[in-house]
Amino acid sequence: MSLKEREREIIEEFSIFSDWMEKYEYIIDLGKELKPINKEFMNDEYRIRGCQSQVWLHAWKEDGLVHFEADSDAIITKGIIALLIQALDGLSPEEIINSDLQFIDEIGLKEHLSPTRANGLISMIKKMKLYAVGLQHKSSI
Amino acid sequence: MIVQTKIASLSVDSIRKDFPILSTMVYDKPLVYFDNGATSQKPKQVVEAIEKYYFTQNANVHRGAHYLSQVATEAFENARIKIQHFIKAKDNTSIIFTKGTTDSINLVAQSWGRKNLNPGDEVLISGMEHHSNIVPWQLICEERGALLKIIPVLNDGSIDPDAFKKTCSSKTKILAINHISNTLGTINPIKEMIAYAHSKNALVLIDGAQAVPHLEVDVIDLDCDFYTFSGHKMFAPTGIGVLYAKTEILDSMPPYQGGGEMIKEVRFESSTYADLPYKFEAGTPNIEGAIGLGAAIDYLNSFDRKQLLAYENELLTYATEQLDQLDGIQFYGQAKNKASVISFLIEGIHPYDIGTLLDKMGIAVRTGHHCTQPLMDRFCIPGTVRASFTFYNTKEEIDLFISALNRAIKILKK
Repeated sequence: MSLKEREREIIEEFSIFSDWMEKYEYIIDLGKELKPINKEFMNDEYRIRGCQSQVWLHAWKEDGLVHFEADSDAIITKGIIALLIQALDGLSPEEIINSDLQFIDEIGLKEHLSPTRANGLISMIKKMKLYAVGLQHKSSI
Repeated sequence: MIVQTKIASLSVDSIRKDFPILSTMVYDKPLVYFDNGATSQKPKQVVEAIEKYYFTQNANVHRGAHYLSQVATEAFENARIKIQHFIKAKDNTSIIFTKGTTDSINLVAQSWGRKNLNPGDEVLISGMEHHSNIVPWQLICEERGALLKIIPVLNDGSIDPDAFKKTCSSKTKILAINHISNTLGTINPIKEMIAYAHSKNALVLIDGAQAVPHLEVDVIDLDCDFYTFSGHKMFAPTGIGVLYAKTEILDSMPPYQGGGEMIKEVRFESSTYADLPYKFEAGTPNIEGAIGLGAAIDYLNSFDRKQLLAYENELLTYATEQLDQLDGIQFYGQAKNKASVISFLIEGIHPYDIGTLLDKMGIAVRTGHHCTQPLMDRFCIPGTVRASFTFYNTKEEIDLFISALNRAIKILKK
């Protein structure tokens, strides 16, 4: 599935919620279901410290595609991480580098990517792209 | 008995009318603003004073021989006198306008510190300081080879008095400590601490940012050497703050920044500096900010401040009792002497998650480390949820907050 298709799917999923509460309950569920990050990456090297919450992120390349695993100490941040992974995991480095993640805005979660939130998500997206740049010319492991 | 009658006569309804922003709707819900520790809202009187300044008084200060310059200078200097009386300082020349508390502390650290700190000297701060009363000292200590020492915080959020007496020694050149902790609400026993530090020949700087909106401050009675605060936490605009210092200390300090306004004579070979307070006010000052701060002081003075404080304490007690009924609640900061600030966590829930859901219900609280990371590390927590009240808040708002909090917990614990 291309990034556009994935984004459309997420936007559709979110369109059924009639209020903020249903939306956040869903995000919290996504956070709970997020595959835990491998314990060896739960350390300072992979940590992105926000003012509000922290994020751990690790990426690797397989068959030319980039994969991510991530975690956070806050469940809502974790839910949004799950959405970002749903959108970007398994894409080519180029697709990740060029993604604008407009869907976050469309599903009404833009505020979580605002610098005032300082929850580590902006830095996480930057880091995801940096990983993609770094992995672009690296052979798969 | 007398106090009770006074509380009854405080009309919070009419106070709230002075703050139009309080009737804002947030996501179709009435705003409950409990983030006063970060910044307070501004009454109409303050905004009107700024408007009046720009519409009828605007000119640069201390410069022109013309009419408007004189009017602006008078308004600006009047604000200084209001501040002098507000903190009961002896001279208006001991009141320096700054950008805020952070700027005031940096001024002292850079100007006084660079001249007076030497290798082996110690700067003493507490474990509950805001980053702005930590980092400026770290910078100057590093530069001067001085040592930064920390007074530990007890479990209830008060300063360890024995440890203080042990760490404050003849090596201590300055004690820099907050009057009220922004995270815990602890009101520190600064008068006793100042006296003790003085007995060791140390100077004392008080970070009063959280205190001036609540307490009546008397710098002469406290006998502090420096007292710093910001306008924006006490109903005045952002970008204006105050450094009070004893004039003899200010006199002995070199200028902090160079520029216009702060000089007597400039020659390319060397310059001489203006008298106090202008020596420390380089460049065109924040005139509107100073005037706004003066208006905020007038506003506060239009009330019986003891009555305001009694009302805030009533809010604190009520909110604490209500919160105490929640399962898994843990308070941070339970010192006997506390301002209307409550920091807490709910077991198993991250503060950011609570803050996010409360926001959706119109409740503005602060979550995170509150710029006190070392204090968070001391309690081994990532941050807290902080509700901070002021005299325009109500018990009804606390009820809304508690029911929103219950709802958030239900969603997050499901």
